[in-house]
Amino acid sequence: MGVEGIGARLARKEDKRFITGAGRYVDDMVVPGMKHAAFVRSPHAHAAVNGIKIDAAKAMPGVIDVLTGKQLKDDGIGNLICGWMIHSKDGSPMNMGAWSPLAVDRVRYVGDAVAIVVAETRAQARDAAEAVEVDYEEMPAVTDAVKALEPGAPQLHPEAANNLIYDWEIGEADATDKALDGAAHVTRMRIVNNRLIPNAIEPRAALGHYDRAEDHFTLWTTSQNPHVARLVMSAFYNVAPENKLRVIAPDVGGGFGSKIFIYPEEVVCLWASKRTNVPVKWAADRTESFLCDAHGRDHVSEVSLGFDADNRIVGLKVDTIANFGGYMSLFSSSVPTYLYATLLSGQYVIPQIHCNVRAVYTNTAPVDAYRGAGRPEATYVLERTMETAARELGVSPAELRRKNFIREFPYQTPVIMNYDTGDYEASLEAAMREADYAGFPARREEAKKRGKLRGTGMSCYIEACGIAPSQAVGSLGAGVGLWESGEVRVNAAGTIEVLTGSHSHGQGHETTFAQVVAERFGVPIDSVSIVHGDTDKVQMGMGTYGSRSGAVGMSAMVKALDKVEAKAKKIAAHLMEADEGDIVIENGEAKVAGTDKTVPWFQVALAAYTAHNLPEGMEPGLKETSFYDPTNFTFPAGCYICEVEVDPETGVTDIVQFVAADDFGNIINPLIVEGQVHGGLAQGIGQALMEGCRYDPTSGQLVTASYMDYTMPRAEDLPSFQVSTTNTPCPSNPLGLKGCGEAGAIGSPPAVINAITDAIGNNNLNMPATPQAVWSAMQKSE
Amino acid sequence: MYQTTYHRASSVSDAVKVLGEAEDAKLVAGGQTLIPTMKQRLAAPSDLIDLRHIDEIKGIEVNGKDVRIGAGATHAEVAENQALAAVCPALCHLAAHIGDPHVRHMGTLGGSIANNDPAADYPAGILALGATVHTNKREIPADDFFAGLFETVLDEDEIVTAVSFTAPEKAGYAKFPNPASRYALTGVFVAKRADGVRVAVTGAGEDGVFRAGEIEDALAKSFEPSAVEGITVAADTLMSDIHASAEYRANLVAVMAKRAVQAANE
Ligand SMILES: Cc1cc2nc3c(=O)[nH]c(=O)nc-3n(C[C@H](O)[C@H](O)[C@H](O)COP(=O)(O)OP(=O)(O)OC[C@H]3O[C@@H](n4cnc5c(N)ncnc54)[C@H](O)[C@@H]3O)c2cc1C
Repeated sequence: MGVEGIGARLARKEDKRFITGAGRYVDDMVVPGMKHAAFVRSPHAHAAVNGIKIDAAKAMPGVIDVLTGKQLKDDGIGNLICGWMIHSKDGSPMNMGAWSPLAVDRVRYVGDAVAIVVAETRAQARDAAEAVEVDYEEMPAVTDAVKALEPGAPQLHPEAANNLIYDWEIGEADATDKALDGAAHVTRMRIVNNRLIPNAIEPRAALGHYDRAEDHFTLWTTSQNPHVARLVMSAFYNVAPENKLRVIAPDVGGGFGSKIFIYPEEVVCLWASKRTNVPVKWAADRTESFLCDAHGRDHVSEVSLGFDADNRIVGLKVDTIANFGGYMSLFSSSVPTYLYATLLSGQYVIPQIHCNVRAVYTNTAPVDAYRGAGRPEATYVLERTMETAARELGVSPAELRRKNFIREFPYQTPVIMNYDTGDYEASLEAAMREADYAGFPARREEAKKRGKLRGTGMSCYIEACGIAPSQAVGSLGAGVGLWESGEVRVNAAGTIEVLTGSHSHGQGHETTFAQVVAERFGVPIDSVSIVHGDTDKVQMGMGTYGSRSGAVGMSAMVKALDKVEAKAKKIAAHLMEADEGDIVIENGEAKVAGTDKTVPWFQVALAAYTAHNLPEGMEPGLKETSFYDPTNFTFPAGCYICEVEVDPETGVTDIVQFVAADDFGNIINPLIVEGQVHGGLAQGIGQALMEGCRYDPTSGQLVTASYMDYTMPRAEDLPSFQVSTTNTPCPSNPLGLKGCGEAGAIGSPPAVINAITDAIGNNNLNMPATPQAVWSAMQKSE
Repeated sequence: MYQTTYHRASSVSDAVKVLGEAEDAKLVAGGQTLIPTMKQRLAAPSDLIDLRHIDEIKGIEVNGKDVRIGAGATHAEVAENQALAAVCPALCHLAAHIGDPHVRHMGTLGGSIANNDPAADYPAGILALGATVHTNKREIPADDFFAGLFETVLDEDEIVTAVSFTAPEKAGYAKFPNPASRYALTGVFVAKRADGVRVAVTGAGEDGVFRAGEIEDALAKSFEPSAVEGITVAADTLMSDIHASAEYRANLVAVMAKRAVQAANE
């Protein structure tokens, strides 16, 4: 490892501009002639739209135009789609209702957009938006997915009878039932995974610019995957052909999944720019973010976990209802299926697993992938149930897990996934040591003297990252391949540009990708630039989500680096009249091994571009491109142990210790990895203790639509985390990386709830475990 | 935010004058309640009259046990005032736990009590201390000042100029913050004097800040946390919302009262 190479704890290169306020976000972009947009949004959860009067609004000061869904349809703009086909267990395709970017005759959640106003200033646009008169005819609404399935529930889409989008299953139902019938003990639980609102620091924004002379569109947007946005908008929404649509996602202030999806506003701003012949910018305010960003989680599951007389798991049965909101967002269908049920084996040998999932429309914001996407839900189901089983069986939670760990790899689970490598005992041991697990009873006693209830909770998670082998996901219904591209351009004087289809919106790619290049050639990371987020610069890419940038994006770059290195060696060998096989490139120079002959790196590059003296027949230049398609998912795993103290008088939970031992495979930059874990833990603890999206069940109004009512975790709510890593390198990609972006959010919620329920001696507790929820649970146990 | 016209008042009488002339004017002090409301387009005053440059409503005076705090004093000024800390540290503690540093350096005592948010901290302190609210027109005892959720007895053209009180023997404030907003989900201020104990509760009441008579009686007999033990606060006049049920708030009233007494005795 060089000082700036793989494994170096480097502060992020990009932090200077972020910390000094010099980042360039979509809302910072200014295009000559640019005007501002405001959306007219439904105040009702469910209503027929009988008419829209725009005359008064159009007459307001500064207004350029007011456009509605009817005009959008007239111009042939397509409906928004869900890009992953799921088939129900009866073989029928999922029942997808139409989602027009501007609602035409019906609105299905509070915030559903019905019109766009374009005006000289943002304030004028908003003023005029209030003057648009929409004739709504209110309809009954349903916000709870379980209730939406009941007979007589309000119906959202004609395409989806009983609001059912699909009724899907995985695994063998009969064999699982049989295994549970024969079990010596079955632990049964009803598990609710609370709905979350993502809350990236930067609200979504879009700036659409139609250039009439060139018949060309440019979209600046807050996206985690600008190329996918361009593909979808070209191929499905008829905005423009790909060669006439440039999508730029500049600095993006956090996404956590919520900026993967193509939203109505982006499509509408582009279209409106053509309609009005001015560049159109929209930036969400915080209320719009709460109302209209895709939400996360919202599952209700019935779980049965069976054990034999020796406490070995014999089978797991899960029946899940997943709330999808009013429309199917871009990847919504994959989240409670292939990103969820396929992880239900956890770290354990479970001979039989069956999971049934019903996806349901309700009058709420669309739900899609949010940090962890399906895997937190699976982990919560399994790890809450394991801990509960240990209590019921009277064995230690660590022992029960240990007894059931998978110990031989590769391991084929009954639910598709084939785990390549892992050492679950190692992370369990590391976490227990770090947590001083053995010393817990003494700490509990000591806390009791202070009037506090102390509890400990464990969670052993596994997740699947590095999504994903294209052929495999294609066979499961994905509409896209999930490879990545990488291009390495060595400039004539030796500096290097890497173009990647990954997108950084807080992950630190400008640093970590450069570290890999620095490691390869021994050049300073300052001489390496990472280019991403612009479809005119990077040819194609699949973007960043599912902790895939390292495992997939860097792998593509590494393949391109291999090609660059091979060519550079040929050139160096030629320059030094040596054998190609004897050339090594390190410390910024090419050397002939075993001699003192060297050529500086910049001279190799220069030779490639002067082309005065290249090997016979070699093309000038030093630039290579690669596409990398993974051969398997990667499987980060780990063990988290949480200790809490509960104030019995108020129900306040204080997390007094949180230990995370993760196996991420090899690590490029430990500082950034720790930061990712810290952030993930904060979000997971936020879900466990604080965050809970609530809709009024009758009116369908979002009652947690601001920070006055929606609790985000703050620094003072969190302990100083004790994080460490163990390492079984991933065998399927060249750098041995597994991914670390979501683990914290996946593994932590069950650890927290297991700890609180241990402390209060009552297992009947749902997330978020607010002081009132904990206090109420304690009243019931008395 | 909608269009509005800004006025910088130089004196209380100047402010009153503009208030009378404008169509739908509002006073603005720290702006920590009014400006967010305007930004959300929930308030649309035609005119804003800024009170922050009026010297006569600023400052904190402490003479012996007599305290007078200008309506324009910010929460930070109250929190950090040494003379006040010497005679009534509980009020400094209360102010120090309002919002965040930004809010405390902008928000004012006058703005807080005029607004009378049912979850605001100051109303509990003012009521428990039995303070007097001074306006450009009259003096109003705290017991008469607060009149329900976001309601006071202030007239349209009335401006709070100061709050005064005599420091009690002992006082304490215990706040249970709303997990999301950090306003008081329940806050209890206790003040002990030779002639009795006053206990005021904010955050919990259906009609805003109120006095907890039963707890006052118990504490008058023994000003110890244990005196509150065993008192069950009735939940039927307490607020129930997404953050806390009336029952939970009832529990918090008793617990926070105990903790306030504990703080007062420290
Ligand atoms: C993020 C945040 C967190 C907060 N947390 C808390 C908290 O924990 N606890 C808490 O108690 N408060 C909290 N607040 C509110 C804060 O304390 C406000 O400062 C206070 O409620 C209002 O004071 P102001 O000076 O800002 O008033 P303004 O917002 O300027 O005015 C509020 C109202 O009072 C009127 N008014 C102002 N001054 C006078 C006067 N002298 N005479 C007559 N009427 C007047 C105005 O016309 C207006 O109607 C918080 C606010 C924010 C933004």
